Amino acid sequence: MFRTISVRLIQSIPVLLLVAVLSFILMHLLPGDPAVVIAGADATPAAVERIRRELGLDLPIWQQLLSWFLNLGQGKFGSSLVLNQTVLSAVAERLPVTMSLAALSLAITLPIGIALGVLAAYFRGRWIDATVMAIALVGVSVPSFWIAILSVILFSVTLGWVPSAGYAPLLTAGPGAWFASLIQPATVLSLFQIGFLARMTRSAMLDVLDQDFIRTARAKGVSEWRTVGKHGFRNALVAVVTVGGIILSLLIGGSVIVEQVFALPGIGRLVVQGILARDYPLIQGTMLLFGFAFVLINIGVDIVYTLVDPRVRYD
Amino acid sequence: MTDATLAAPAVQILAERRRFRVVRKLAAHRSFKIGLVLVVALVLCAIIGPWLTGIDPTTMSIRYRFKPPSARFPFGSDQYGRDILTRVLYGGRLSLSIGFSVALISGIVGTLIGVTAGYFRALDPYIMRLMDALMAFPAILLAIGIGAALGAQASSIVVALAVAYVPRTARIVRASVLVIREMEYLQAARVSGAGDLHIIVKHVLPNCLGPLIVQLTFIFAYAILAEAALSFLGIGPPPPAPSWGNIIAEGRDYSVEAWWVMLFPGLAVSLAALGMNLLGDGLRDVLDPRLKIEN
Repeated sequence: MFRTISVRLIQSIPVLLLVAVLSFILMHLLPGDPAVVIAGADATPAAVERIRRELGLDLPIWQQLLSWFLNLGQGKFGSSLVLNQTVLSAVAERLPVTMSLAALSLAITLPIGIALGVLAAYFRGRWIDATVMAIALVGVSVPSFWIAILSVILFSVTLGWVPSAGYAPLLTAGPGAWFASLIQPATVLSLFQIGFLARMTRSAMLDVLDQDFIRTARAKGVSEWRTVGKHGFRNALVAVVTVGGIILSLLIGGSVIVEQVFALPGIGRLVVQGILARDYPLIQGTMLLFGFAFVLINIGVDIVYTLVDPRVRYD
Repeated sequence: MTDATLAAPAVQILAERRRFRVVRKLAAHRSFKIGLVLVVALVLCAIIGPWLTGIDPTTMSIRYRFKPPSARFPFGSDQYGRDILTRVLYGGRLSLSIGFSVALISGIVGTLIGVTAGYFRALDPYIMRLMDALMAFPAILLAIGIGAALGAQASSIVVALAVAYVPRTARIVRASVLVIREMEYLQAARVSGAGDLHIIVKHVLPNCLGPLIVQLTFIFAYAILAEAALSFLGIGPPPPAPSWGNIIAEGRDYSVEAWWVMLFPGLAVSLAALGMNLLGDGLRDVLDPRLKIEN
C-alpha cells in the first residue's frame, strides 16, 4: 500500500511541474500589466516602472519563472494584488465554502446517481429504464446556471423556502442556516453529476449482469437481492470508482459557475473575480492549487481503485 | 498479382456492406433518430429561421419593452424591445457554430496529437504528460482563463474550449492507436514495405474513427453548454450580437419580472445539448459498444 502511494506520487511529479509551468504561462498570456493594476489608473509612468521593478516584472521571462519556482519551493504562492492578502490565506478563507458545497453535492449525487443507474440496469428496456435514462440525459444537457436561475425564481422568490444567495458559515450561523444556504446550490450542482453517474453505473451494471456468475447465482437460488446487490453491484462498483476522478473534476468545474450564480464566496468565485480583475498572482496561485488538487484526487482515486479491485496494480 | 486484383473488389464489397450495416443500425436506433431530428431541426431553424421572422435581432423599440409572449412576440421581448424569438434564432447560428468549431478543432488537433503519441512511442511520455497537465485544470476554468486572455469574442471562446477538449480527444485517439498498432494487419502492411504515413492514413486513422466521432458529438454538446456558461460569466461573444449564452446573461437581471427573456434561449441550449447527447449515445452503441462515457 505504502509502495503504491509513493510510486504514484513520484510518477505525478512531472505532471505537477508542468501544471506549475502552465499556470505561469496562462498568467503571462493575460493582456495588461500587473504593475498598472497595482499602481492604479492615475499613476505616473515612473510609479508604474518602480512597481514593475519591485515585482521583478522587468526581468526576462525565464528568470521570472525560475524565481516563481524558487518561491513555490519555499511554499510561497504569492500575494493577491487586489485583496491585500496572500494567495494561500485567500484560498484558505474560502476553502470551507467550496468544500461544504462539494461535500453536500457529493452526498446528493452518489446515492441518487448510483441508485438510478442500478435501477435502470435492472429494469433494462422497461419503462423504469427509459424514464431514468431520460432524467439522466436531461441532467447532462441542461445548463446549470440557467436551471439555477429558474430554481431561484421558484424556490426563493415565489415559495420563499430557501435564500437566493449568500453563504451562512457552519460554525457561526449554525447548521440549520448553513444547510439552508447550501441545499439549493448543491442540488443544482448535482444535476449534471447525477446524470453522468447514473449513465455510467447503468452501463457498468449491464456489463456485470450479463456475466456467467450472475446466471450461476440465480441458478443456485440465491435471492434476487443478494444476486444484484452483492454479486452484481459490488463488481459494477469497480467501474464506478474509475469515474470518481471525473465526477470530482466536474464538481470543481461546476462549482465555479454555481458559486457565481448564488454569490457563494468560494474558491471558484475567487478565481473568476481574479481573472476579471486581472489579479495575476491570484490567478496563477489558484490555478496551480486547482491543478495540484486534481492530480492528488486522481492519485486518491487510483488508490481506492486498488482497494476495490485487488487485480489492479501500479508498479 | 491475380490474387490482389481478385481480392480488391471483395474487400470493397465487404467494406460497403459494413458501412451499410452501420447506417441500418443507426436508422433503427431510437435515441439516435430522436437526436438527429432535434439537431437537424435546430440547425435548420438557425439557418432559415431568421428570414422567416423578418426582424433584425438588434432592432430596439422602447415602446415594446418587456412584452410577454404574444402573437407579435412569440417568445416575448427584452429590455430594449427586441424580439426574443429572432434573437434566439440568430443566437443559434453563433452558438451552434461555436459548438461545431470546437468539435472540429479538437477533433483535428486531438487526432494529430493522439496519433503521434500512440504511433511514435518515443514521444508518448512527453506528449501525454503535457496532456495530463492540461487536463488537471477543470475544463471550464481553463476556458475562463484563456477566454479572458484572448478577449471577449466568439473566436477566443472557440480557442479556449478547444484547448480544454484537445487533451481529452487526444487521449481517446491514442488509446485506439495503441490497440490498432498491435494488430496483425498493421504488421503485414509494415512488412510489405508501407511507410509510416501510408500506414497512419490508410490503416490507423480509419480504425480510430468510431470512438473519435462519438467523443466529438459529446464535445459538441459540452461546448454549447460551456459557451452559455462563459457568456454568463461575461467572457462570451459580446452583445449586441446574440448568442444563446449572452441572451440568458442579459435576461438574468430581469429573470423574475421577464422570465421569458432567459427561458427560451435556455431551452434552446438544453435541446441542442440533448440532441447531441442522444446522437452520441446512438453512435456509441453502434460504432463502439465498449466505449465508456468520457469527460
